[in-house]
Amino acid sequence: MGGEGPRQAPGVERRAAGALEAEILAILREADGPLSPGEVRQRLTPRPPADEGPQGELSYSTVVTIVSRLHAKGLLARQRAGRGFTYTPLDDASLAASRMAQVLLGSENDHDAVLSRFVSGLSSRDARLLRQLLAGDTGAAGADPRPAGEQG
Amino acid sequence: MWLLYLPLVIPALAGATARPLATRLEPRHATWLLTSAAVALAACSMAALALLAAYAAAKAPFLAAAGGYSQEVMRRGDPISAAAGAAAALALTGGAVAVAVMFRNRARALAESYRRAAGLQPEDGIVVVPGPAIEAYALPGLPGRIVVSGRLLDCLDDRRRAALIAHEQAHLASRHHLFSAVARLAAAANPLLIPVARAVDYTVERWADEHAASVTSDRRLVAQTIGQVALLAGTRRERVAGMALGIIGPRAPRVSLAWAGPVPRRVAALLTAPPRRQTILLAACTVIVLMAGVAALLAARDLHALLELAQGTR
Repeated sequence: MGGEGPRQAPGVERRAAGALEAEILAILREADGPLSPGEVRQRLTPRPPADEGPQGELSYSTVVTIVSRLHAKGLLARQRAGRGFTYTPLDDASLAASRMAQVLLGSENDHDAVLSRFVSGLSSRDARLLRQLLAGDTGAAGADPRPAGEQG
Repeated sequence: MWLLYLPLVIPALAGATARPLATRLEPRHATWLLTSAAVALAACSMAALALLAAYAAAKAPFLAAAGGYSQEVMRRGDPISAAAGAAAALALTGGAVAVAVMFRNRARALAESYRRAAGLQPEDGIVVVPGPAIEAYALPGLPGRIVVSGRLLDCLDDRRRAALIAHEQAHLASRHHLFSAVARLAAAANPLLIPVARAVDYTVERWADEHAASVTSDRRLVAQTIGQVALLAGTRRERVAGMALGIIGPRAPRVSLAWAGPVPRRVAALLTAPPRRQTILLAACTVIVLMAGVAALLAARDLHALLELAQGTR
Protein backbone atom coordinates (compact mmCIF):
# COMPACT_ATOMS: atom_id res chain seq x y z
CA MET A 1 0.00 0.00 0.00
CA GLY A 2 2.89 2.33 0.89
CA GLY A 3 4.36 3.47 -2.40
CA GLU A 4 1.39 3.73 -4.73
CA GLY A 5 2.62 6.68 -6.71
CA PRO A 6 3.89 10.13 -6.06
CA ARG A 7 0.76 11.98 -7.22
CA GLN A 8 -1.51 10.48 -4.58
CA ALA A 9 -3.09 13.00 -2.28
CA PRO A 10 -1.84 12.39 1.23
CA GLY A 11 -4.29 11.42 3.89
CA VAL A 12 -6.88 9.83 1.60
CA GLU A 13 -5.54 6.49 0.47
CA ARG A 14 -3.37 6.31 3.51
CA ARG A 15 -6.22 6.18 5.94
CA ALA A 16 -5.91 2.96 7.83
CA ALA A 17 -8.05 0.13 6.49
CA GLY A 18 -9.75 -0.29 9.85
CA ALA A 19 -10.80 3.35 9.91
CA LEU A 20 -12.16 3.08 6.38
CA GLU A 21 -14.16 -0.01 7.28
CA ALA A 22 -15.65 1.80 10.25
CA GLU A 23 -16.47 4.84 8.13
CA ILE A 24 -18.14 2.77 5.40
CA LEU A 25 -20.09 0.79 7.96
CA ALA A 26 -21.30 4.08 9.51
CA ILE A 27 -22.37 5.38 6.09
CA LEU A 28 -24.36 2.22 5.42
CA ARG A 29 -25.99 2.37 8.85
CA GLU A 30 -27.11 5.97 8.25
CA ALA A 31 -28.40 5.24 4.75
CA ASP A 32 -32.13 4.68 4.21
CA GLY A 33 -31.70 1.64 2.02
CA PRO A 34 -29.10 -0.57 0.39
CA LEU A 35 -26.19 1.20 -1.27
CA SER A 36 -24.01 0.19 -4.18
CA PRO A 37 -20.24 0.60 -3.81
CA GLY A 38 -20.49 3.62 -6.13
CA GLU A 39 -23.02 5.31 -3.85
CA VAL A 40 -20.88 4.52 -0.84
CA ARG A 41 -17.94 6.13 -2.59
CA GLN A 42 -19.94 9.30 -3.33
CA ARG A 43 -20.91 9.67 0.29
CA LEU A 44 -17.51 8.73 1.55
CA THR A 45 -15.43 11.50 0.10
CA PRO A 46 -16.76 14.99 0.33
CA ARG A 47 -13.13 16.04 0.62
CA PRO A 48 -11.47 19.43 0.61
CA PRO A 49 -11.01 20.89 -2.93
CA ALA A 50 -7.38 19.94 -2.94
CA ASP A 51 -8.38 16.30 -2.96
CA GLU A 52 -10.68 16.43 -5.98
CA GLY A 53 -9.95 14.58 -9.14
CA PRO A 54 -9.37 10.91 -9.89
CA GLN A 55 -6.22 10.71 -7.86
CA GLY A 56 -7.67 12.38 -4.80
CA GLU A 57 -10.62 10.07 -4.19
CA LEU A 58 -10.71 6.50 -3.09
CA SER A 59 -10.86 4.34 -6.15
CA TYR A 60 -14.03 2.42 -6.89
CA SER A 61 -12.19 -0.88 -6.59
CA THR A 62 -10.93 0.06 -3.12
CA VAL A 63 -14.51 0.62 -1.96
CA VAL A 64 -15.57 -2.68 -3.54
CA THR A 65 -12.72 -4.43 -1.74
CA ILE A 66 -13.70 -2.97 1.60
CA VAL A 67 -17.43 -3.71 1.35
CA SER A 68 -16.59 -7.26 0.19
CA ARG A 69 -14.36 -7.65 3.20
CA LEU A 70 -17.11 -6.40 5.50
CA HIS A 71 -19.50 -8.82 3.84
CA ALA A 72 -17.04 -11.66 4.31
CA LYS A 73 -16.74 -10.73 7.96
CA GLY A 74 -20.49 -11.12 8.29
CA LEU A 75 -21.21 -7.46 9.02
CA LEU A 76 -23.01 -6.62 5.78
CA ALA A 77 -25.77 -8.33 3.85
CA ARG A 78 -25.80 -7.91 0.14
CA GLN A 79 -28.34 -8.16 -2.65
CA ARG A 80 -27.77 -8.59 -6.32
CA ALA A 81 -28.60 -5.45 -8.26
CA GLY A 82 -28.01 -5.68 -11.99
CA ARG A 83 -24.43 -6.73 -12.56
CA GLY A 84 -23.18 -5.85 -9.08
CA PHE A 85 -24.40 -5.87 -5.52
CA THR A 86 -25.91 -3.44 -3.08
CA TYR A 87 -25.10 -3.67 0.62
CA THR A 88 -26.99 -3.18 3.85
CA PRO A 89 -25.66 -3.47 7.37
CA LEU A 90 -26.96 -6.45 9.32
CA ASP A 91 -28.98 -5.58 12.38
CA ASP A 92 -28.53 -7.55 15.56
CA ALA A 93 -31.26 -10.06 14.71
CA SER A 94 -29.78 -10.77 11.31
CA LEU A 95 -26.34 -11.07 12.82
CA ALA A 96 -27.70 -13.67 15.21
CA ALA A 97 -29.36 -15.51 12.31
CA SER A 98 -26.18 -15.46 10.29
CA ARG A 99 -24.28 -16.86 13.25
CA MET A 100 -26.89 -19.63 13.44
CA ALA A 101 -26.22 -20.44 9.83
CA GLN A 102 -22.52 -20.37 10.60
CA VAL A 103 -23.03 -22.90 13.35
CA LEU A 104 -24.76 -25.08 10.83
CA LEU A 105 -21.94 -24.60 8.36
CA GLY A 106 -19.37 -25.80 10.81
CA SER A 107 -21.15 -28.70 12.44
CA GLU A 108 -19.78 -32.18 12.03
CA ASN A 109 -22.51 -34.28 13.62
CA ASP A 110 -25.78 -35.75 12.44
CA HIS A 111 -27.06 -32.40 11.27
CA ASP A 112 -24.34 -32.60 8.73
CA ALA A 113 -25.71 -35.87 7.43
CA VAL A 114 -28.82 -34.35 5.89
CA LEU A 115 -26.93 -31.61 4.09
CA SER A 116 -25.88 -32.23 0.52
CA ARG A 117 -22.50 -30.53 0.31
CA PHE A 118 -21.24 -29.46 -3.10
CA VAL A 119 -17.80 -30.90 -2.38
CA SER A 120 -16.59 -33.16 0.39
CA GLY A 121 -13.18 -32.84 1.95
CA LEU A 122 -10.12 -33.59 -0.13
CA SER A 123 -7.19 -35.59 1.07
CA SER A 124 -3.86 -34.27 -0.13
CA ARG A 125 -3.69 -37.18 -2.57
CA ASP A 126 -7.12 -36.24 -3.87
CA ALA A 127 -6.00 -32.64 -4.27
CA ARG A 128 -2.98 -33.69 -6.28
CA LEU A 129 -5.06 -36.00 -8.44
CA LEU A 130 -7.63 -33.27 -8.97
CA ARG A 131 -4.98 -30.80 -10.13
CA GLN A 132 -3.69 -33.40 -12.57
CA LEU A 133 -7.19 -34.05 -13.90
CA LEU A 134 -7.90 -30.37 -14.43
CA ALA A 135 -4.48 -29.66 -15.87
CA GLY A 136 -4.84 -32.57 -18.28
CA ASP A 137 -8.24 -31.23 -19.26
CA THR A 138 -7.08 -27.75 -20.21
CA GLY A 139 -3.72 -28.92 -21.58
CA ALA A 140 -4.82 -31.70 -23.89
CA ALA A 141 -8.01 -29.84 -24.95
CA GLY A 142 -10.06 -33.01 -25.01
CA ALA A 143 -7.65 -35.03 -27.11
CA ASP A 144 -7.50 -37.72 -24.44
CA PRO A 145 -10.36 -37.70 -21.97
CA ARG A 146 -8.54 -40.02 -19.63
CA PRO A 147 -7.02 -38.39 -16.57
CA ALA A 148 -3.37 -37.57 -16.95
CA GLY A 149 -2.27 -39.37 -13.81
CA GLU A 150 -3.84 -42.68 -14.63
CA GLN A 151 -1.35 -44.90 -16.32
CA GLY A 152 -2.82 -48.28 -15.73
CA MET B 1 -29.73 -75.29 5.17
CA TRP B 2 -27.26 -73.29 3.09
CA LEU B 3 -30.29 -71.30 1.92
CA LEU B 4 -30.40 -69.57 5.26
CA TYR B 5 -26.87 -68.30 4.86
CA LEU B 6 -27.40 -66.96 1.34
CA PRO B 7 -29.16 -63.78 2.55
CA LEU B 8 -26.14 -63.23 4.78
CA VAL B 9 -23.56 -63.80 2.02
CA ILE B 10 -25.19 -61.65 -0.68
CA PRO B 11 -24.86 -58.40 1.35
CA ALA B 12 -21.11 -59.06 1.54
CA LEU B 13 -21.11 -59.43 -2.24
CA ALA B 14 -23.09 -56.19 -2.54
CA GLY B 15 -20.62 -54.44 -0.28
CA ALA B 16 -17.73 -55.57 -2.43
CA THR B 17 -19.31 -54.59 -5.75
CA ALA B 18 -21.00 -51.32 -4.71
CA ARG B 19 -18.12 -49.04 -5.63
CA PRO B 20 -17.48 -50.40 -9.13
CA LEU B 21 -21.24 -50.41 -9.77
CA ALA B 22 -21.50 -46.78 -8.63
CA THR B 23 -18.75 -45.89 -11.10
CA ARG B 24 -20.15 -47.81 -14.05
CA LEU B 25 -23.89 -47.34 -13.90
CA GLU B 26 -25.79 -44.25 -14.94
CA PRO B 27 -26.08 -42.27 -11.66
CA ARG B 28 -29.84 -42.22 -11.33
CA HIS B 29 -30.16 -45.95 -12.04
CA ALA B 30 -27.24 -46.63 -9.72
CA THR B 31 -28.89 -44.66 -6.91
CA TRP B 32 -32.19 -46.47 -7.25
CA LEU B 33 -30.56 -49.88 -7.62
CA LEU B 34 -28.14 -49.49 -4.71
CA THR B 35 -30.71 -47.97 -2.37
CA SER B 36 -33.39 -50.55 -3.05
CA ALA B 37 -30.82 -53.36 -2.96
CA ALA B 38 -29.59 -52.11 0.42
CA VAL B 39 -33.13 -52.10 1.82
CA ALA B 40 -34.02 -55.50 0.36
CA LEU B 41 -30.77 -57.10 1.52
CA ALA B 42 -31.02 -55.58 4.99
CA ALA B 43 -34.57 -56.95 5.28
CA CYS B 44 -33.51 -60.38 4.00
CA SER B 45 -30.55 -60.63 6.31
CA MET B 46 -32.67 -59.59 9.28
CA ALA B 47 -35.22 -62.23 8.29
CA ALA B 48 -32.49 -64.85 7.95
CA LEU B 49 -31.11 -63.98 11.38
CA ALA B 50 -34.61 -64.21 12.84
CA LEU B 51 -35.06 -67.65 11.25
CA LEU B 52 -31.71 -68.88 12.54
CA ALA B 53 -32.65 -67.74 16.00
CA ALA B 54 -36.08 -69.33 15.64
CA TYR B 55 -34.61 -72.70 14.55
CA ALA B 56 -32.33 -72.73 17.54
CA ALA B 57 -35.07 -71.64 19.91
CA ALA B 58 -37.43 -74.29 18.61
CA LYS B 59 -35.26 -76.91 20.26
CA ALA B 60 -35.88 -75.52 23.69
CA PRO B 61 -38.08 -77.94 25.67
CA PHE B 62 -40.47 -75.38 27.10
CA LEU B 63 -41.18 -73.96 23.64
CA ALA B 64 -41.82 -77.44 22.29
CA ALA B 65 -44.30 -78.03 25.08
CA ALA B 66 -46.00 -74.69 24.55
CA GLY B 67 -46.14 -75.07 20.76
CA GLY B 68 -47.32 -78.67 20.97
CA TYR B 69 -44.66 -80.14 18.67
CA SER B 70 -42.18 -82.97 18.99
CA GLN B 71 -38.89 -81.82 20.34
CA GLU B 72 -37.30 -85.02 19.04
CA VAL B 73 -38.23 -84.31 15.40
CA MET B 74 -36.98 -80.78 15.73
CA ARG B 75 -33.68 -81.98 17.06
CA ARG B 76 -33.23 -84.37 14.17
CA GLY B 77 -34.46 -82.05 11.43
CA ASP B 78 -32.86 -78.89 12.67
CA PRO B 79 -29.28 -78.28 11.56
CA ILE B 80 -28.75 -75.04 13.44
CA SER B 81 -26.58 -75.22 16.53
CA ALA B 82 -27.61 -73.38 19.67
CA ALA B 83 -24.47 -71.24 19.44
CA ALA B 84 -25.31 -70.14 15.89
CA GLY B 85 -28.84 -69.37 16.99
CA ALA B 86 -27.65 -67.30 19.94
CA ALA B 87 -25.20 -65.40 17.74
CA ALA B 88 -27.99 -64.72 15.24
CA ALA B 89 -30.28 -63.45 17.99
CA LEU B 90 -27.52 -61.17 19.24
CA ALA B 91 -26.81 -59.80 15.75
CA LEU B 92 -30.53 -59.30 15.17
CA THR B 93 -30.91 -57.33 18.40
CA GLY B 94 -27.82 -55.25 17.66
CA GLY B 95 -29.07 -54.44 14.19
CA ALA B 96 -32.52 -53.48 15.43
CA VAL B 97 -31.05 -51.16 18.09
CA ALA B 98 -28.67 -49.58 15.54
CA VAL B 99 -31.55 -48.96 13.13
CA ALA B 100 -33.65 -47.38 15.89
CA VAL B 101 -30.82 -45.07 16.99
CA MET B 102 -29.96 -44.09 13.42
CA PHE B 103 -33.61 -43.48 12.61
CA ARG B 104 -34.05 -41.22 15.62
CA ASN B 105 -30.90 -39.22 14.86
CA ARG B 106 -31.72 -38.77 11.20
CA ALA B 107 -35.31 -37.80 11.93
CA ARG B 108 -34.12 -35.19 14.41
CA ALA B 109 -31.51 -33.85 12.01
CA LEU B 110 -34.09 -33.65 9.24
CA ALA B 111 -36.59 -31.86 11.49
CA GLU B 112 -33.87 -29.39 12.44
CA SER B 113 -33.01 -28.91 8.79
CA TYR B 114 -36.66 -28.22 7.90
CA ARG B 115 -36.89 -25.73 10.76
CA ARG B 116 -33.77 -23.88 9.67
CA ALA B 117 -34.73 -23.95 5.99
CA ALA B 118 -38.06 -22.32 6.89
CA GLY B 119 -36.21 -19.54 8.71
CA LEU B 120 -33.90 -18.68 5.82
CA GLN B 121 -34.90 -16.07 3.26
CA PRO B 122 -33.40 -16.73 -0.15
CA GLU B 123 -32.46 -14.02 -2.63
CA ASP B 124 -32.68 -15.22 -6.23
CA GLY B 125 -33.27 -18.75 -4.98
CA ILE B 126 -30.18 -19.00 -2.81
CA VAL B 127 -29.27 -18.05 0.74
CA VAL B 128 -25.94 -16.27 0.93
CA VAL B 129 -24.24 -16.73 4.26
CA PRO B 130 -21.66 -14.09 5.05
CA GLY B 131 -18.33 -15.15 6.40
CA PRO B 132 -15.00 -16.51 5.30
CA ALA B 133 -16.07 -20.14 4.75
CA ILE B 134 -15.97 -21.84 1.36
CA GLU B 135 -19.25 -23.70 1.58
CA ALA B 136 -22.19 -24.67 -0.56
CA TYR B 137 -24.91 -27.10 0.34
CA ALA B 138 -28.56 -27.97 -0.09
CA LEU B 139 -30.60 -27.84 3.10
CA PRO B 140 -33.65 -30.13 2.85
CA GLY B 141 -36.95 -28.51 3.78
CA LEU B 142 -40.35 -27.39 2.55
CA PRO B 143 -39.11 -25.85 0.38
CA GLY B 144 -35.45 -26.75 0.67
CA ARG B 145 -32.82 -24.04 0.49
CA ILE B 146 -29.51 -23.70 -1.29
CA VAL B 147 -26.96 -22.13 1.04
CA VAL B 148 -23.76 -20.68 -0.37
CA SER B 149 -21.12 -18.70 1.45
CA GLY B 150 -20.54 -15.20 0.15
CA ARG B 151 -16.85 -15.77 -0.25
CA LEU B 152 -17.37 -18.78 -2.48
CA LEU B 153 -19.89 -16.88 -4.58
CA ASP B 154 -17.36 -14.09 -5.06
CA CYS B 155 -14.83 -16.59 -6.35
CA LEU B 156 -17.08 -18.01 -9.08
CA ASP B 157 -18.02 -16.48 -12.39
CA ASP B 158 -21.64 -16.50 -13.55
CA ARG B 159 -21.44 -19.77 -15.47
CA ARG B 160 -19.86 -21.64 -12.59
CA ARG B 161 -22.41 -20.20 -10.20
CA ALA B 162 -25.12 -21.55 -12.49
CA ALA B 163 -23.45 -24.97 -12.47
CA LEU B 164 -23.21 -25.00 -8.68
CA ILE B 165 -26.82 -23.94 -8.21
CA ALA B 166 -28.09 -26.48 -10.76
CA HIS B 167 -26.22 -29.19 -8.85
CA GLU B 168 -27.76 -28.23 -5.51
CA GLN B 169 -31.21 -27.82 -7.06
CA ALA B 170 -31.01 -31.40 -8.29
CA HIS B 171 -30.34 -32.56 -4.71
CA LEU B 172 -33.43 -30.74 -3.44
CA ALA B 173 -35.75 -31.58 -6.34
CA SER B 174 -34.94 -35.31 -6.34
CA ARG B 175 -34.79 -35.55 -2.53
CA HIS B 176 -31.35 -37.10 -2.53
CA HIS B 177 -31.06 -36.88 1.24
CA LEU B 178 -33.78 -39.52 1.52
CA PHE B 179 -31.82 -41.99 -0.62
CA SER B 180 -28.75 -41.55 1.56
CA ALA B 181 -30.78 -41.78 4.76
CA VAL B 182 -32.52 -44.98 3.67
CA ALA B 183 -29.24 -46.57 2.58
CA ARG B 184 -27.65 -45.60 5.92
CA LEU B 185 -30.54 -47.20 7.80
CA ALA B 186 -30.02 -50.41 5.83
CA ALA B 187 -26.31 -50.26 6.63
CA ALA B 188 -27.14 -49.82 10.31
CA ALA B 189 -29.14 -53.05 10.17
CA ASN B 190 -26.32 -54.87 8.43
CA PRO B 191 -22.81 -53.36 8.57
CA LEU B 192 -21.79 -55.38 5.50
CA LEU B 193 -23.89 -52.86 3.58
CA ILE B 194 -21.86 -49.83 4.70
CA PRO B 195 -19.97 -49.69 1.35
CA VAL B 196 -23.36 -49.67 -0.40
CA ALA B 197 -24.48 -46.65 1.65
CA ARG B 198 -21.22 -44.87 0.81
CA ALA B 199 -21.75 -45.69 -2.86
CA VAL B 200 -25.22 -44.12 -2.67
CA ASP B 201 -23.71 -40.94 -1.23
CA TYR B 202 -21.46 -40.91 -4.28
CA THR B 203 -24.14 -41.69 -6.87
CA VAL B 204 -26.45 -38.90 -5.66
CA GLU B 205 -23.55 -36.47 -6.15
CA ARG B 206 -23.01 -37.88 -9.63
CA TRP B 207 -26.75 -37.61 -10.30
CA ALA B 208 -26.65 -33.93 -9.36
CA ASP B 209 -23.47 -33.43 -11.40
CA GLU B 210 -25.10 -34.93 -14.49
CA HIS B 211 -28.15 -32.76 -13.92
CA ALA B 212 -25.95 -29.66 -13.73
CA ALA B 213 -24.17 -30.82 -16.88
CA SER B 214 -27.45 -31.10 -18.76
CA VAL B 215 -28.75 -27.74 -17.46
CA THR B 216 -25.56 -25.91 -18.44
CA SER B 217 -24.99 -28.28 -21.41
CA ASP B 218 -21.30 -28.24 -20.54
CA ARG B 219 -19.81 -31.23 -18.74
CA ARG B 220 -16.38 -29.64 -18.63
CA LEU B 221 -17.77 -26.52 -16.96
CA VAL B 222 -19.28 -28.62 -14.17
CA ALA B 223 -16.01 -30.54 -13.75
CA GLN B 224 -14.03 -27.34 -13.51
CA THR B 225 -16.48 -25.83 -11.05
CA ILE B 226 -16.22 -28.86 -8.76
CA GLY B 227 -12.45 -28.77 -9.04
CA GLN B 228 -12.22 -25.07 -8.31
CA VAL B 229 -14.53 -25.22 -5.29
CA ALA B 230 -12.84 -28.30 -3.88
CA LEU B 231 -9.39 -26.77 -4.17
CA LEU B 232 -10.63 -23.50 -2.69
CA ALA B 233 -12.15 -25.37 0.22
CA GLY B 234 -8.76 -26.93 0.79
CA THR B 235 -7.67 -30.26 2.10
CA ARG B 236 -9.13 -31.75 5.23
CA ARG B 237 -7.06 -32.67 8.21
CA GLU B 238 -5.73 -36.14 7.66
CA ARG B 239 -4.85 -38.92 9.95
CA VAL B 240 -1.13 -39.40 9.79
CA ALA B 241 -1.14 -43.05 10.73
CA GLY B 242 -0.51 -44.14 7.16
CA MET B 243 2.41 -41.77 6.82
CA ALA B 244 3.94 -42.84 10.09
CA LEU B 245 3.88 -46.41 8.86
CA GLY B 246 5.45 -45.33 5.62
CA ILE B 247 2.55 -46.65 3.58
CA ILE B 248 1.65 -43.32 2.07
CA GLY B 249 4.73 -41.27 1.52
CA PRO B 250 4.21 -37.55 1.23
CA ARG B 251 5.41 -37.79 -2.35
CA ALA B 252 3.73 -40.81 -3.88
CA PRO B 253 4.94 -40.98 -7.49
CA ARG B 254 1.71 -42.10 -9.10
CA VAL B 255 -1.88 -41.26 -8.35
CA SER B 256 -4.74 -43.37 -9.54
CA LEU B 257 -8.50 -43.09 -9.35
CA ALA B 258 -8.75 -46.56 -7.86
CA TRP B 259 -8.40 -45.32 -4.28
CA ALA B 260 -9.41 -41.72 -4.83
CA GLY B 261 -12.05 -39.88 -2.84
CA PRO B 262 -15.36 -38.81 -4.38
CA VAL B 263 -14.32 -35.41 -5.73
CA PRO B 264 -11.61 -36.53 -8.20
CA ARG B 265 -13.82 -39.41 -9.30
CA ARG B 266 -16.71 -37.04 -10.00
CA VAL B 267 -14.43 -34.73 -11.98
CA ALA B 268 -12.96 -37.64 -13.94
CA ALA B 269 -16.47 -38.92 -14.74
CA LEU B 270 -17.50 -35.51 -16.05
CA LEU B 271 -14.40 -35.26 -18.20
CA THR B 272 -15.34 -38.48 -20.01
CA ALA B 273 -18.37 -39.31 -22.11
CA PRO B 274 -21.79 -39.24 -20.41
CA PRO B 275 -22.77 -42.57 -18.86
CA ARG B 276 -24.99 -44.94 -20.81
CA ARG B 277 -27.76 -47.05 -19.42
CA GLN B 278 -26.59 -50.60 -18.80
CA THR B 279 -29.70 -52.73 -18.87
CA ILE B 280 -27.98 -56.11 -18.58
CA LEU B 281 -25.90 -55.10 -15.59
CA LEU B 282 -28.98 -53.64 -13.87
CA ALA B 283 -30.96 -56.80 -14.54
CA ALA B 284 -28.15 -59.03 -13.25
CA CYS B 285 -27.92 -57.07 -10.00
CA THR B 286 -31.69 -57.21 -9.55
CA VAL B 287 -31.67 -60.99 -10.02
CA ILE B 288 -28.97 -61.42 -7.37
CA VAL B 289 -30.89 -59.31 -4.87
CA LEU B 290 -34.06 -61.26 -5.61
CA MET B 291 -32.15 -64.49 -4.95
CA ALA B 292 -31.57 -63.33 -1.39
CA GLY B 293 -35.29 -62.74 -1.01
CA VAL B 294 -36.23 -66.10 -2.47
CA ALA B 295 -33.68 -67.85 -0.25
CA ALA B 296 -35.12 -66.20 2.86
CA LEU B 297 -38.65 -67.19 1.82
CA LEU B 298 -37.65 -70.79 1.11
CA ALA B 299 -35.88 -71.03 4.46
CA ALA B 300 -38.99 -69.72 6.20
CA ARG B 301 -41.10 -72.29 4.37
CA ASP B 302 -38.71 -75.06 5.42
CA LEU B 303 -38.98 -74.06 9.05
CA HIS B 304 -42.74 -74.00 8.80
CA ALA B 305 -42.77 -77.45 7.18
CA LEU B 306 -40.46 -78.81 9.85
CA LEU B 307 -42.65 -77.43 12.62
CA GLU B 308 -45.76 -78.97 11.03
CA LEU B 309 -43.98 -82.32 10.75
CA ALA B 310 -42.96 -82.09 14.39
CA GLN B 311 -46.52 -81.29 15.41
CA GLY B 312 -47.84 -84.24 13.40
CA THR B 313 -45.36 -86.68 14.98
CA ARG B 314 -46.14 -85.80 18.51
